[in-house]
Amino acid sequence: MRITQGTFSYLPDFDDDQIRAQVQYCLDNDWPVSIEYTDDPHPRNVYWDMWGMPMFDIKDAAGIMLELNKCREVFPNHYVRINGYDRRYGRQTTALSFIVNRPKHEPGFRVDRMEFSDRQLKYSLHAYSTDRPTGERYEDS
Amino acid sequence: MAGKSNGAVKKNRWSAGVTPYAEMGYYNADYEPKETDILCAFRIVPQEGVEPIEAAAAVAGESSTATWTVVWTDRLTAHEHYQAKCYRVDPVPGTDQHIAYIAYDLDLFEENSIANLTSSIIGNVFGFKALKSLRLEDMRIPPHYTKTFQGPAHGIVMEREYLNKYGRPLLGATTKPKLGLSARNYGRVVYEALRGGLDFVKDDENINSQPFMRWRDRFLFCMEAVNKAQAATGEIKGHYLNVTAGTMEEMYERAEFAKELGSVIIMIDLTIGYTAIQSMSKWCRKNGLILHLHRAGHSTYTRQKTHGVNFRVICKWMRLAGVDHIHAGTVVGKLEGDPNAVQGYYATLRENIIAPNPVQGLYFEQNWASMPGVMPVASGGIHAGQMHQLLHYLGEDCVLQFGGGTIGHPDGIAEGATANRVAVEAMMQARNEGRDYLNEGPEILARAARWSPSLRKALEVWKDVTFEFESTDTPDVVVTPTF
Repeated sequence: MRITQGTFSYLPDFDDDQIRAQVQYCLDNDWPVSIEYTDDPHPRNVYWDMWGMPMFDIKDAAGIMLELNKCREVFPNHYVRINGYDRRYGRQTTALSFIVNRPKHEPGFRVDRMEFSDRQLKYSLHAYSTDRPTGERYEDS
Repeated sequence: MAGKSNGAVKKNRWSAGVTPYAEMGYYNADYEPKETDILCAFRIVPQEGVEPIEAAAAVAGESSTATWTVVWTDRLTAHEHYQAKCYRVDPVPGTDQHIAYIAYDLDLFEENSIANLTSSIIGNVFGFKALKSLRLEDMRIPPHYTKTFQGPAHGIVMEREYLNKYGRPLLGATTKPKLGLSARNYGRVVYEALRGGLDFVKDDENINSQPFMRWRDRFLFCMEAVNKAQAATGEIKGHYLNVTAGTMEEMYERAEFAKELGSVIIMIDLTIGYTAIQSMSKWCRKNGLILHLHRAGHSTYTRQKTHGVNFRVICKWMRLAGVDHIHAGTVVGKLEGDPNAVQGYYATLRENIIAPNPVQGLYFEQNWASMPGVMPVASGGIHAGQMHQLLHYLGEDCVLQFGGGTIGHPDGIAEGATANRVAVEAMMQARNEGRDYLNEGPEILARAARWSPSLRKALEVWKDVTFEFESTDTPDVVVTPTF
């Protein structure tokens, strides 16, 4: 399966030029860019690990692409995403967030159903990859 | 009333009998509105023989302290303070209409009560015989009053952080056919649309708890669909479970059940009334569910240019009342909505400080004092082939709902959903890359359709579908295009 979190997951994976264009859009809007990675794709896993601090002071897309490439080299089989952050009063939240690297093989999720009274079910989403400790997931990809 | 007192010698303000409203203090051209006043712009058409200023003063009187005759008991009060004051009357060129501006002191209204606000402002006055017609066009609600309301249970920023979805409009669909599906079949539509790529599916406004599908069964099957779709995509998904019912007790019961099942969102209809909406907003803030409002019934009083309440006013009341979503027009779809007027509604719902803008029908500055924004929902007769226009007119902080435009896809519901998702993502990519996406929209979509068979089919089926009718409700100042 293909995890479709992020702004552009229904499009074919972006090449570097396409990623750079989106990064440039963030910079043009004065949105600091950050890079995050994870091997826990649960949709409620909010806090992916940060590849350093948000790059408040890098105003050049090439500099951000350099950091992205370093991150992808270290974590070739992790999910990596790029975020643009809008700090404006009234927003103060993520403005754009898209996946730029993913494991070659994405095993996906299992729905666990706990039967309860009155025909109710209690649902839980289980990512197969998280059966292994972090850092050892997606090794077979 | 002017009509009755014609020819009468101007009488003492306090003599028994009838005195023109304008002479009783309800018209004062020198009045300078206070920053704490609630201001209203009314579109009035006086009856023959009634002076516009007298008609406007009558509106001020009848929506505040006045009755038809002088009463001595006014003299027991600081009546000048409680009287609403019409301070300006402008003719609308080329018509028999006038715009009357009226200021109301804050003391006239109970805090945190849309019911009280509306019982005053639109309470009796719309039936007033001396007027041919009356319409409330806009209101300026000062922060002093705004701050007495809770406002949206969560608001746009929190909703996006909750759903983990950024940088594009959210996508939804209303389950069709709107009536008659069994709960099991209904859940199938929900599952297919969500796994195909939509973020939300929605109950229709009149799906409550009918003999063919009781609410509890629908909730159970829909949540199975939502959870299965989350597993299929790794995304958070939602179905607006409509909890509209005949009593608050029943609505609370349904909302509690939706919460127990893990739904991220519930839904209500405008027909439940202002107080019920405020109560459900409190419940949603407390319980962490997003609150979707369908504006069922609004066109009975919002659509005709000389009667009722403009929808921009309903937007303001609903932001105060505290909904997170409200249907606010599509511009290009099947339902009424002049492009400028709709953009005015969207600004009213989303922005913090909105400048007066006659082109968009906004009569006053509106300062929301940081009250979170409401996510506008565009629904009714829209499809993937219009994505560039939708993005241009409506922006990215909205929900685009493709009901027929998802479920009617020739290859199935999931493919219809995928077509919409591919179209929106391709358009966002192009916009961010600096493309002139409004003009190049068809080309951008055609290029994506080369690798997306779902989108290709959607574009083929709906390519020529437009709804070109003239809008009945338009701002006065400009001639606007209709789609």
